Amino acid sequence: MSMIISLQGVVKRYVRGKQQIEVLHKLALEVAGGEFLALMGPSGSGKTTLLNLIAGLDQPTEGEVNVAGERIDRLSGSQLGRWRARHIGFVFQFYNLLPVLTAQENVEVPLLLTHLSASQRKQNARMALELVGLGDRASHKPNELSGGQLQRVSIARALVSDPTLLVCDEPTGDLDRENAEEILKLLQMLNRDQGKTIVMVTHDALAADHASRTLHLDKGHLHGTSARSAA
Amino acid sequence: MKYLILIRAGLWRKKTRTLLTMASIMVAFLLFGLIQGINQDIKKGLGDSSNARLWTASRVGLLSSLPISLLSRIAAVEGVRAIAHVSLFGGYFRDARNAIPAFATNVDQLAVVYPELNISHTQIDAMKSTRAGALVGRFLANEYGWKVGDQIPLGTTLWRNVDGRNSWTFNIVGIFDADPKYARNSLGGSLWLNYDYWDEARLFDRHHVHQFIIRIDNPAHATAIASQIDRLFANSSDETRTQTESAAIQSQLESLADVDFIANAMVGAVMFTLLFLTANTMMQSVRERIPELAVLRTLGFSGGAVCALVLVESALLCLIAAIIGLILSAVAIEMVGTSLGTTVLPPVVVIVGLVIAAVLAIVSGLLPAVRAQRLNIVDALAAR
Repeated sequence: MSMIISLQGVVKRYVRGKQQIEVLHKLALEVAGGEFLALMGPSGSGKTTLLNLIAGLDQPTEGEVNVAGERIDRLSGSQLGRWRARHIGFVFQFYNLLPVLTAQENVEVPLLLTHLSASQRKQNARMALELVGLGDRASHKPNELSGGQLQRVSIARALVSDPTLLVCDEPTGDLDRENAEEILKLLQMLNRDQGKTIVMVTHDALAADHASRTLHLDKGHLHGTSARSAA
Repeated sequence: MKYLILIRAGLWRKKTRTLLTMASIMVAFLLFGLIQGINQDIKKGLGDSSNARLWTASRVGLLSSLPISLLSRIAAVEGVRAIAHVSLFGGYFRDARNAIPAFATNVDQLAVVYPELNISHTQIDAMKSTRAGALVGRFLANEYGWKVGDQIPLGTTLWRNVDGRNSWTFNIVGIFDADPKYARNSLGGSLWLNYDYWDEARLFDRHHVHQFIIRIDNPAHATAIASQIDRLFANSSDETRTQTESAAIQSQLESLADVDFIANAMVGAVMFTLLFLTANTMMQSVRERIPELAVLRTLGFSGGAVCALVLVESALLCLIAAIIGLILSAVAIEMVGTSLGTTVLPPVVVIVGLVIAAVLAIVSGLLPAVRAQRLNIVDALAAR
């Protein structure tokens, strides 16, 4: 199976004041296309840093980062922007939707970077909302939707440009158990039925259970892995 | 155009703040339009005034009178084509609050000196045949609903008649339509009386006038003719001061205040304050939206695109409000009119206003736009 993600010898150091903090130490990781990977670990273990490197939001201090067939640690800021628009769909813990826009307009935002016509953008956004079960809420604004619905809109926005990879940073961290379960099932469905490769950072072991593989990150090192077949 | 939804999302995020900022900008540009409109009007009035006309008044001051006998000596100066005289009646209609710009003159010569007033021969004849006659500018007549044949009582605090009363009665014998630029000023929007009748009827200062207005044959000789006239009466009890019409108007205005300086200083202060207000609004708006802007960058929007979005937001905020403010000032000027008679907001004021709005937008939007462009996505998403 071809690797969508391949990290070799990745080191990430931050400078905070006079201190240099090494967050990731000579890290190696490979993720195959169609995998649903959960990254677990305590706070400060480097989960989000690793996710940011995979998503092209940050650059490693050392090492190689290959994602979707591109060595992204060598790309400039503007090249990374274009690369992200083409390959990455983001799902954030706090949804990060634009409050003034309707659900459909929020989902349309990534498509503004494409050459699609206005009617095509609307149609694609509508389809993405249908896919996450919110076709009837297209004209609702974020303040008219529940937490679970907001996260579904956020997932629709991540999916609408048909990215190679979905990266989810604590997608259920702000939801109650029932809504969290619905979101996780939705991600599972996207992985299983649409073949989407997903990398999800989570604190929640129950959430990680929905992934096909779980990696534990502690103090910048990847510890034991576990793999299961998706439910 | 497709980015309009993002610009709307930015501006409409805090609707009340955006509307209040727009209202402030709108009021500032309304003020700008009114002040600069009137200022430009005054300048235009000076520009319209002629160097082919000289105004001769007493060296002591505009309200000190000169003997009418000076007229023949001035008329004899080489280069003088026509000469009219003007005396302030200073009247009011029914109530002292209804001040009427009324002057006594020799109407036939006034029509020659000021052809722009369009006083007809019929009207001159009517004034000659009716000693208590009066000619009224169309604007003034319309204001009080006067028509030809009306007999109007005018009061004055300056002049008593031989009966010892300060109430005078005149018959309107004509309503003249001056050229538009004169229609509302102190010439075309005034009431003109027969000097001879008024002079005989007044109790004091007879055979004196306040000003001579002289039409000369060549504006290039204005300075020489003015000097020659003043030399005629030098070291006499009636020393004169002769100036071109434009210089006389300018010196009258300057005796009140430096209108240009005051107008520019007021507008400058308003715009300077506005700059801080708008810059603060934009800064606050961008600061609150850092996570949203970081999301746009995450989705693939370049730093330049995000910078441009903030600048366009700032431009729309300033330009829309400025345009509304300028339109309101144009409407206000048209409704109220100005002292020098123009009722249209000069195009130069509109152009300067729009340029100021654009500069305001760029200056107030630049700092937040650069901040949005340079934001570190990882830090911004983590709200650091």
